[in-house]
Amino acid sequence: MIEVKELTKRFGQKLAVDGISFRVGKGEVLGFLGPNAAGKSTTMRMITGFLPPSSGTASVGGFDIIEESLEARRRIGYLPENAPAYPDMTVTAFLDFIAEIRGFAGKIKRARVGETLDKCFLTDVRYQPVSTLSKGYNQRVCFAQAIIHDPEYLIMDEPTDGLDPNQKHEVRSMIRDMARDKTIILSTHNLEEVDVVCTRVIIIASGKIVADKTPLELKTLSDFHGAACFTVCAPEPGGILSEMAGLHGVKDVIKVREDSGRITLRAIPSDPSVPVAEMIMRFCLDRGFTLENMKIEEGRLDDVFRQITRSDIPAVQN
Amino acid sequence: MKRMWAVMKRELAGYFTSPVAYVFIVIFLLLCGFFTFSIGRFYEIGQADLRAFFEWHPWIFLFLVPSVGMRLWADERRDGTIELILTLPVSLSELIVGKFLAAWIFLGSALALTFPIIITVGYLGEPDFGAILTGYIGSLLLAGSYLSVGCMTSSLTRSQVISFVLTVVICLFLLLAGWPPVTDFLSGWAPAWLISVVEGFSFMHHFADMERGVLDIRDLIYYLSVMGFMLLANGVILQSRRSS
Repeated sequence: MIEVKELTKRFGQKLAVDGISFRVGKGEVLGFLGPNAAGKSTTMRMITGFLPPSSGTASVGGFDIIEESLEARRRIGYLPENAPAYPDMTVTAFLDFIAEIRGFAGKIKRARVGETLDKCFLTDVRYQPVSTLSKGYNQRVCFAQAIIHDPEYLIMDEPTDGLDPNQKHEVRSMIRDMARDKTIILSTHNLEEVDVVCTRVIIIASGKIVADKTPLELKTLSDFHGAACFTVCAPEPGGILSEMAGLHGVKDVIKVREDSGRITLRAIPSDPSVPVAEMIMRFCLDRGFTLENMKIEEGRLDDVFRQITRSDIPAVQN
Repeated sequence: MKRMWAVMKRELAGYFTSPVAYVFIVIFLLLCGFFTFSIGRFYEIGQADLRAFFEWHPWIFLFLVPSVGMRLWADERRDGTIELILTLPVSLSELIVGKFLAAWIFLGSALALTFPIIITVGYLGEPDFGAILTGYIGSLLLAGSYLSVGCMTSSLTRSQVISFVLTVVICLFLLLAGWPPVTDFLSGWAPAWLISVVEGFSFMHHFADMERGVLDIRDLIYYLSVMGFMLLANGVILQSRRSS
């Protein structure tokens, strides 16, 4: 369990992190979201022991990050932002070094390094200096460094930054596989990633937590949560829009696309309990329109993200 | 201890995988030869000792040792690996000492490669090998002291150049403090104790004994305390720069 208590960081006059508290348990994948300079990296740097907090503290597996820093660091695997690695070392030499620092020696060390190389698809480049690697490989080298000791706690600052879609997919499925018996905190700008890997999301803006929810809960905050997106074939599609908007229980109808003879609309119910799908089907049936397709939307994270982080006053308090 | 060993091994390998090490060693040996034979007039003096050789070490080291120390922390900062190394389960003192020892061992190996001069002097006459050994110990301690200054300045900046210049200036200052023109300048007006304090801070003052073959415990303590102080300062700087 990682427990963060009133963690605060000041850089001169600037308050970068302002009294953040939360707990993450085993099996959870916590996603940190927030605009740039919101304090995500600073919070991670404090938990991993790189930056000393101005006030407050955190504990990792029961070890205080200030008082028992070495014990806490032993249990953490950390992937810093921009994935730093020693440029003049070869991949194997670099991982050997990390393994030695992590207390592995001899056969066990070699086995660990070999296993990690395989896991992170680095076997082809094992004898290449880190400086000659592409960004994706570099990211994976640093990722390998973070998981070489099979840590209980994994903290990753933008783990899929700079990867191509295939590599992103691989890294995400690795994170998901590891999530079962680990506690993971990751930060990201990629909202799709949150949906795929995170079990819980904390949104940080200006150093404060403005939302702490599951991805699904977050989506229900979206204006489009429960909205129906549907395509109707009708001889006179123009009239449908105004007619639909007049229906009871429909807050708003937005035109998404219009082709000849068919129109795609999005109907937003005034309340999530409104059976909007049924209403639309009946509406089309009554008028003899063909309903081509319909989808009930879960809501979009990017809308929620914008809504929460843009306003000066936090829109949602948990 | 094991972790310090790992840090040291990595750092030492870092010297030898880059061309820096070889350039350094070649230039060091060339300069040693040039100063000893051409300027120190080793042959003309006609004495079977290595004073003409050791005499120049404070000046050769002044420009070469900072180039060995400058990368130790500045590079970590530039490459961002400082965030990696400081979040690994290794203590700050293990890191500092590990890095310092690696660079010192490297300097020691460069110094060891001057061995042909011992053979030369042994062939030409009957030198006092004890004095030569003392000279080498003094030289190694001097290099270590310069290096500790280099470690300290390296932790101040992400630029190797700034670290280099700062180290040269600090070491030059410590060298010249005991130089006769400087002490003469002071002797006109300063009280005697102040002169001896200033002189006591000088590398030159402490090197001179060892160069002659005298191993004085006070000189040893001086060098070890310079290294201890600089490495401690290195730790304090790293700690304080981390929090800002």
